[in-house]
Amino acid sequence: MLTQTPTPLNEDALKVRVEDVQLDITFEQLKRLVSPRALTGETMLMNMGPQHPSTHGVLRLLLELDGETIVNCIPDIGYLHTGIEKTAEGKTYLKAIPLTDRTDYLAPMSNNMAFCGAVEKLVGIEVPLRAQYLRVILLELTRMNSHLVWLGTHALDLGAMSVFLYCMREREMILDIYEAVSGARMMSSYIRPGGLWRDVPNVFFDLVQRVLDVFPKRLIEYEKLLTKNPMWKDRTVGIGKISAQDAIAWGMTGPCLRATGVKYDVRKAYPYSSYDHFDFDIPTGTNGDVFDRYKCRMEEFNQSLKIIRQALKRLPPGPVMTSDRKVAPPPKHEIAYSMESLIHHFKLWTEGFKAPEGEVYFAVESGKGEYGVLLSGDGTSKPRRVHFRAPSFHNLQPINEMARGQLLADLVAIIGSIDIVLGDVDR
Amino acid sequence: MQNFWEYLTKIPVGLATVFKTLFEKPVTIQYPEEKKPMSPRFRGRHQLKRYEDGLERCIGCALCAAACPADAIYVEAAENTNEERYSPGERYAKVYEINMLRCIFCGYCEDACPTNAIVLEPIEFPTGYTRESLIYTKSMLLEPPPPGVPGTPQQTPPGKYDRAILPFPPIDESV
Ligand code: SF4
Ligand code: SF4
Repeated sequence: MLTQTPTPLNEDALKVRVEDVQLDITFEQLKRLVSPRALTGETMLMNMGPQHPSTHGVLRLLLELDGETIVNCIPDIGYLHTGIEKTAEGKTYLKAIPLTDRTDYLAPMSNNMAFCGAVEKLVGIEVPLRAQYLRVILLELTRMNSHLVWLGTHALDLGAMSVFLYCMREREMILDIYEAVSGARMMSSYIRPGGLWRDVPNVFFDLVQRVLDVFPKRLIEYEKLLTKNPMWKDRTVGIGKISAQDAIAWGMTGPCLRATGVKYDVRKAYPYSSYDHFDFDIPTGTNGDVFDRYKCRMEEFNQSLKIIRQALKRLPPGPVMTSDRKVAPPPKHEIAYSMESLIHHFKLWTEGFKAPEGEVYFAVESGKGEYGVLLSGDGTSKPRRVHFRAPSFHNLQPINEMARGQLLADLVAIIGSIDIVLGDVDR
Repeated sequence: MQNFWEYLTKIPVGLATVFKTLFEKPVTIQYPEEKKPMSPRFRGRHQLKRYEDGLERCIGCALCAAACPADAIYVEAAENTNEERYSPGERYAKVYEINMLRCIFCGYCEDACPTNAIVLEPIEFPTGYTRESLIYTKSMLLEPPPPGVPGTPQQTPPGKYDRAILPFPPIDESV
């Protein structure tokens, strides 16, 4: 449908086109991003974001629209760039952990785990079994936390306000657990190289039990409100489809990939933190549309609960931190009478521990997908290079594939369904 | 037509779920009149602790400043004398400042402190209108001496406080 009279391709008109979109690019670059029709004014170029509430942060999308149909959708990222990777190079391994909380701030423990796992791999640290099991419980709670925010905001974007409120209510239970174990409700920094900061408090088990008791009932509520709701289905089924080949080619992971039918999960493919001790399924979809992504994540709630139940039942006693004094600080009361402990304590908190030269990659399955950390050590106590393979970044890339040909209103559903956190996209 | 029946039958199911919550206890609280109890581990505002006899725990070693990932702490140490004693051992913190705007409340300073002097207490985060007011000085951070005990500096007998790090019990990990 033509809404504007096509303007002939002359110099002035082109300049206006570039100024229109207010991107910091030349005309040549713009020409490669949009279709030739946009240059003549046949289709419309429009910005969505960065301050748009349904872009889940500061994501900016350059849209090329033909009437209400999306012809091209180009993400412009970098508005939340914090330089976390670069900052981490200037910190010792221990001091870099609080930074990882702040990449994907809705799943801090997964990030802690990925970073600490990489450090453990590089230095060669054995983690006690109790710490591994507790990590599993916390990682699954983190996945639920991440999914709850996704579900709430996704539903809110599509007009289901009450689901958002309910999700925040349930999330509170998980944040209470965070607060009880680590002392912070969001920026936990609880997982440390070699184990955990401290053992979990007694109240932890009651709090987890509360989640296990309450959550299945809430899931039924969500199903009533959304899964069976014809309005919800109208807005999600068949929207934002992507094929398995495309999803793999673009590096999508997590529920977005599994919704296309690919059964890839880091927990099964490359088990870490003794995930292979537990019995759980990987839910997959078939169509790779918004509804399948939704279904996959909803089923993952059940699987998470299943894993937590098993881990709680089989939780072994013992220490939660490695006894290797070269990487783990000694129990603090020892420093009053043991000279050796005092020296280790001071050394660890000032210059940290040294990691050997080498490069490792360690990935975890966070709520959003494969969260990997590439760590390059240079023999000192600071990394030479840290790179986070952020799932949000990779899942956002194929948005053009998913949005092309859809209506503008469906774009909101698509963005919601790929579950991005801009802190994770930009790092 | 089928779609119409779906709308007619399924939407009331969802609405009933929403309606049910009308009769539930509200989960929200009336902050700030009402406050939620914080967990004992909560990493809130810092406090500089004292011993029962009123002496300061902090010995000015600046290990907290070294451990801080945000470089938020500034410590300047000075010598203790028996006539003017602030803390056990040789030195005390003459200047102790935490920039609350830089601090990320990670609790590393608490972990690093060899005398358990700096503790992140479950009290509310500092707020303020200016940058200057959020640089907390030692007098703002120091807890008041226990009742009936003099503050610092104190006059102490020679030889009583030779050790800087006095023994303390292990951390209770069950709370
Ligand atoms: S809590 Fe963390 S950031 Fe704040 S002063 Fe202590 S070590 Fe520094
Ligand atoms: S608070 Fe603790 S670590 Fe910091 S200077 Fe005082 S004694 Fe040293």
